[in-house]
Amino acid sequence: MLYKTISKDNFRKMLEGLMENNEVMGPRWRDRDAQGNKIYRFLKLNNFDELELDYTRTYSSPKNFFLPFKENLATYKLGDSDWEQDIHYTIHPRVIVGMRACDINALRKLDEVMLKSVYPNPYYSARRENTIIIGLDHEPLEDCFCRSMGADVALRGFDLFLTDIGDKYFVAIGSDTGYRILNQYDAQDVTEDDQLEFKRAKQEIESKFKTQVDVTIVPELMDLEFESEVWEKWGDKCLSCGSCAMVCPTCYCYGTEEEVDLTFTHATKSRCLYSCNLLDFAMVAGGHNFRPDSHIRLKYRYYHQFRGFVEAFNQSLCVGCNRCGVACLAGINPKDVIDDLITTEKL
Amino acid sequence: MSLKIPHHDINLEPTMAKAPDFNRKSERMQTERSFKSEIIAAIPLTAQEKLFHLRICDQAERENFSFLPGQFVMLELPGCGEIAISISGSSSNHEFLELCVREVGTVTGLLHRLEAGAFVGIRGPFGTHFPMRKMKGHNILLIAGGLGIAPLRSPIYWANEHRTDYEDITILYGARDPGQILFDYQFDEWRKIYDLKLLTIVEHPDEDWNGHVGMITDLFDDVPVDPDNTFAIVCGPPVMFKFVCSYLSDLGLPRQRMFVSLERRMHCGMGKCCRCNVGSTFTCLDGPVFDYWTVMNLQEAI
Ligand SMILES: Cc1cc2nc3c(=O)[nH]c(=O)nc-3n(C[C@H](O)[C@H](O)[C@H](O)COP(=O)(O)OP(=O)(O)OC[C@H]3O[C@@H](n4cnc5c(N)ncnc54)[C@H](O)[C@@H]3O)c2cc1C
Ligand code: SF4
Ligand code: SF4
Ligand code: FES
Repeated sequence: MLYKTISKDNFRKMLEGLMENNEVMGPRWRDRDAQGNKIYRFLKLNNFDELELDYTRTYSSPKNFFLPFKENLATYKLGDSDWEQDIHYTIHPRVIVGMRACDINALRKLDEVMLKSVYPNPYYSARRENTIIIGLDHEPLEDCFCRSMGADVALRGFDLFLTDIGDKYFVAIGSDTGYRILNQYDAQDVTEDDQLEFKRAKQEIESKFKTQVDVTIVPELMDLEFESEVWEKWGDKCLSCGSCAMVCPTCYCYGTEEEVDLTFTHATKSRCLYSCNLLDFAMVAGGHNFRPDSHIRLKYRYYHQFRGFVEAFNQSLCVGCNRCGVACLAGINPKDVIDDLITTEKL
Repeated sequence: MSLKIPHHDINLEPTMAKAPDFNRKSERMQTERSFKSEIIAAIPLTAQEKLFHLRICDQAERENFSFLPGQFVMLELPGCGEIAISISGSSSNHEFLELCVREVGTVTGLLHRLEAGAFVGIRGPFGTHFPMRKMKGHNILLIAGGLGIAPLRSPIYWANEHRTDYEDITILYGARDPGQILFDYQFDEWRKIYDLKLLTIVEHPDEDWNGHVGMITDLFDDVPVDPDNTFAIVCGPPVMFKFVCSYLSDLGLPRQRMFVSLERRMHCGMGKCCRCNVGSTFTCLDGPVFDYWTVMNLQEAI
């Protein structure tokens, strides 16, 4: 990989240049929570000053730029007895700036399913291939456990990735597009001092991880503790609201819906993000529900994150951002649930 | 049981002239493209079930469409919805597809109101298939409960079309009552022409019924099973295949030689929507046809 540095001034100019020519999304603050902390969200940037590069965490993840909550899959022109299907992929070039390593790694996990396995998803790839990603390192939050999930360092999946080393950024270059953009803004070769600063910055980040989740035997535990009371303990609290899956950077399950317009001349098929915690996730005709209880559904959310995906792709789906824990009104979070599973005999 | 490890000689299997990657599923394609198909016949079978003959309209799409017994399609009624349906016809029929559909809800309800001449969409074929080639040289035991006979017709046609590949073929078919027996108009042909043994049984007989009465497992009293030389295909509700498969397992039939077809909610057929998730896998990709050993090891499969 190629590395360069860019001064903070030039970085600003670069983003301003990008904003002039493209839609640029970045973390902005929208509101304050009850404690007065800022609530952030990835939104369109109109000028550089709106960008909050030292944001803590966006409530919702940037996955929705690739997997929108609702997306049109096909439209139909309906005739008297005939119909015509039309499929159109949304090509909407964009830059996303300020993505954290965990969110970039989350995208790479989605890539495994959406691009690299059977039936590559053209809707996703139309968006993924037309998005420039500029990532940025940050100091971990109290409850981030991305380090335990091996998702705290992004090595691929971005165009540029920045680490703050004082008055400039140390930049890892992940694509030729990134390289060309960067070089228009007087990027410098990495000096020995820059390297030292980079190491120091990385060590500083590493030293600040507070939350750890021991996931070494979690895939086995998911099986062995399948009947554990831990699931009921947490699952009975679950409101089956699905918020966890909506904010999660890796949850990707969905449902399809078909609608006819009022004139009966057009129909659409759309895809809506869903959650395996919702009551009718596995309900089939005749009313049979393969997962009737909230604790069974909660268990399967964890089972997919920590075992199913491991079996398929040799890595957990979870990247440890704890967005689900923050969003959950019932106080359910992966660290507590997994800790409980590990120490289940103490119940 | 002998401790000699059974082997499966892949030399006996014909190598395929073209890649068995139906629809080139690893290449980028229009995943939501439905092949427009005309209903060329809508045949009522019972009060609840109809058999549909669908002909893909576009010649190239029709010629490219091929499937193996056990696979399914996603059947779409534009503006109404899309559902998974097993292909119930012969895989050598390249002119039309046969689907046997029970009326149970929104999409199936509208489908049942459609008549010949209407157009529907299909995507697929999807999923795994019964390993018919692997079964070469063996007896085949096909066991169906209720609507489970629909997906079994495909392997039955296949077995007939490759009759010398197999030894004895036996079909055991159980239904709740005689009025629910499907495809009885084909039974004579299957027995005489396909040269197979077919036994039926019902739980609740009516006055005219003079066949077997009871549960499907009762038929085993009349059917000798050679555990060293038999493959079994079992289709029906989970309770039924659980009973049948444990019975066969007790007889010594290895669980990886029994095949069942699972049913789950499906919204894509391509391993993307997760709705058909069972244990750690997806029914639409690793299934619907699973060997029983795999099913036993999947959480919540039965
Ligand atoms: C691999 C496979 C093969 C099948 N083969 C056949 C067959 O040969 N004949 C047959 O009659 N039925 C078959 N089914 C069941 C069939 O898919 C359901 O009966 C059908 O989806 C019901 O749709 P509905 O809209 O009429 O019912 P509703 O209850 O109105 O369902 C609404 C929606 O829920 C989903 N859904 C409901 N039940 C099921 C289900 N059992 N499986 C998957 N999705 C469901 C569908 O998206 C459906 O559109 C098969 C299912 C699977 C998974
Ligand atoms: S911590 Fe929660 S929201 Fe974050 S990746 Fe894991 S499951 Fe998803
Ligand atoms: S775990 Fe929490 S956020 Fe997720 S569905 Fe249950 S109550 Fe909602
Ligand atoms: S039907 Fe969508 S994942 Fe299987």
